[in-house]
Amino acid sequence: MTSHAKHGSGGKPVGDVIISVRDLFVGFGDKLVMKGLDLDVYRGEVLGFVGGSGQGKSVLTRAILGLVPTRGGTIRIFGQQRDKLPAPERKALEQRWGVLFQNGALFSGLTVKQNIQMPMRETRDISPRLMDELAMLKIELVGLKPDAADKFPSELSGGMIKRAALARALALDPELVFLDEPTSGLDPIGAAEFDDLIATLQETLGLTVFMVTHDLDSLYSICDRIAALADGKVIAEGPLGTLLASDHPWLRAYFHGVRGGRLAAVIPE
Amino acid sequence: MAAAASNPPDVSPAEGGARLALVGDWTLAASRRLEDKSQQIVDLGKRREFVTIDLSGVSHLDTAGAWLINRARRNLAGERVGVALEHARPEHGIMLEEAAYRDFEAPAPRRVPVVVQLLADLGRAVADGLGEFYRGVSFLGEFMAAMAYVATHPRHFRLTSLVVHMEAIGLRSAPIIILINILVGGIVAQQGIFQLLRFGASSYTVSLIGILVLRELGVLLTSIMIAGRSGSAITAEIGSMKMREEIDALRVMGLDPIEVLIAPRVLALVISLPILTFIADIAALFGGMLVSWGYGGISPAAFLSLLKEAIALHTFLVGVIKAPFMALVIGLIAAMDGLATQGSAESLGRQVTSSVVKSIFMVIVLDGLFAIFFAAIDY
Ligand SMILES: Nc1ncnc2c1ncn2[C@@H]1O[C@H](COP(=O)(O)OP(=O)(O)O)[C@@H](O)[C@H]1O
Ligand SMILES: [Mg+2]
Repeated sequence: MTSHAKHGSGGKPVGDVIISVRDLFVGFGDKLVMKGLDLDVYRGEVLGFVGGSGQGKSVLTRAILGLVPTRGGTIRIFGQQRDKLPAPERKALEQRWGVLFQNGALFSGLTVKQNIQMPMRETRDISPRLMDELAMLKIELVGLKPDAADKFPSELSGGMIKRAALARALALDPELVFLDEPTSGLDPIGAAEFDDLIATLQETLGLTVFMVTHDLDSLYSICDRIAALADGKVIAEGPLGTLLASDHPWLRAYFHGVRGGRLAAVIPE
Repeated sequence: MAAAASNPPDVSPAEGGARLALVGDWTLAASRRLEDKSQQIVDLGKRREFVTIDLSGVSHLDTAGAWLINRARRNLAGERVGVALEHARPEHGIMLEEAAYRDFEAPAPRRVPVVVQLLADLGRAVADGLGEFYRGVSFLGEFMAAMAYVATHPRHFRLTSLVVHMEAIGLRSAPIIILINILVGGIVAQQGIFQLLRFGASSYTVSLIGILVLRELGVLLTSIMIAGRSGSAITAEIGSMKMREEIDALRVMGLDPIEVLIAPRVLALVISLPILTFIADIAALFGGMLVSWGYGGISPAAFLSLLKEAIALHTFLVGVIKAPFMALVIGLIAAMDGLATQGSAESLGRQVTSSVVKSIFMVIVLDGLFAIFFAAIDY
């Protein structure tokens, strides 16, 4: 596979805005997690979303997906405000995205293949033969062995669960995928393969990818743009170079710490 | 993609079928039509030596479309027809490569004669039943060993946990148990008065209520209620802990899940159930008294003096003695079924159902055994 380093081009992102978050407030009890957050994701890009543990990366993802109630602000996806749409249009919108949850969230009572076929079966009219073939294709596409098809989630390793969950997220060839820490819990080789996979899929399917990650290698190799979250706001966004140049203390510690330092050393600024 | 419906996929043959131009959206949304078109490509190209497929008219292509184009290519190759793809956009080219056609060996479903299957199922059910009994006995042993350990090492006794579970199992069940027993006591009284009136013996109603409630109904209703209410909760709690490897986490810390999780719950049941049985007895007698008064005209004072004649302490004890044993059976079955949970949500549901059904059944069987026992010792 090719290398997908696309950082450092510096130019403005092309394509229209596919997710637009404005002045978002989200909280639990008396604790605010998002405090007036703004974020844009452009069509066709891979956006890496970083931030310390517990800063609210998953909460933001869930808020965009409509799983967490917001306290203020607007979220537009494909130009539409999801919570203002009538039910049928909301369903249509939801079929245009795929989600890889942090823990996979595979249906434990279904095999991997049935998990992948679930969205196909429920939302499209597809012949059983094609459904089988497509499910197997997706299984191979995400790098699982064919014999994983008939296994139940409890029989899979952590990495296999991630892959199976990605296959399910891609079942309907979505335009937009949300990946919550896709490479956490994978070995470095597995993580690199996963990155390559996401990049290939992104190129072939023209995907827009919203990726929450801690993985510096992923940020370096496949993200077009990076947004950093701290204190309920996006503190910096742009290509990797912009973030490396930022002097926000957390970003400095993140990129110029022991692990990040190695990365900064190899990237020409 | 969203625009798929407005731009259906199609095949238009030119040069007598040697050249096929694909147009429209080749996407999953039109999958039925795509499959037809894929077949059409094969039909059109079948009797030629070479077919060129022109992809310049394809507006959208997803994995399903690419897969079906490749399926047609493969089928044509099987007919020894050469196929070339032309004017594919670069991203479509990559897609076609990613979705290269391959055979997935479908594992053939094994066919077994019905009779053999039936016999096998029967055998498995019997073996499972025996295994279950064996595991039950061994689990009882493990539990007793854990209790003995706790008894000799009081520091390991989890008092807080015990109190928490006694609240959940005992205190919070009290209202519903009181309500049910008042109703049942009332029903027994009404039936007693109504049926015995025909023999002019309606004053025996009080004996009927007293003996029936104290010896059997109070403890039986309470046990069944607790099996449904608390047994299921215990199975679900322990089962979901098993699913999320929490039980394994305890084990690797050198803690015994039976001692940490199961002992407090079972002990809470064993302590709560006799108390609940006592409460149930009082509630049922009270219900019986109310109905006797309102429906049978037996005044509370008369009811109480008749009751005093009919029952003795041992009538009450027969019921209450059974309660801790019922509790033990309910608790052990619930815990054992919880621990037997496999990885899936479905399995958890199955275990909870089986726990409730089994413990209610065992409660009734045990009650029958006690009835035989008490009759034999003439108590
Ligand atoms: N359902 C919830 N109820 C209360 N607090 C929550 C809930 N979900 C998340 N939080 C809080 O929101 C914050 C952000 O969590 P999360 O988005 O999971 O962090 P991360 O950035 O590591 O993904 C955390 O402080 C967490 O405690
Ligand atoms: Mg998270």
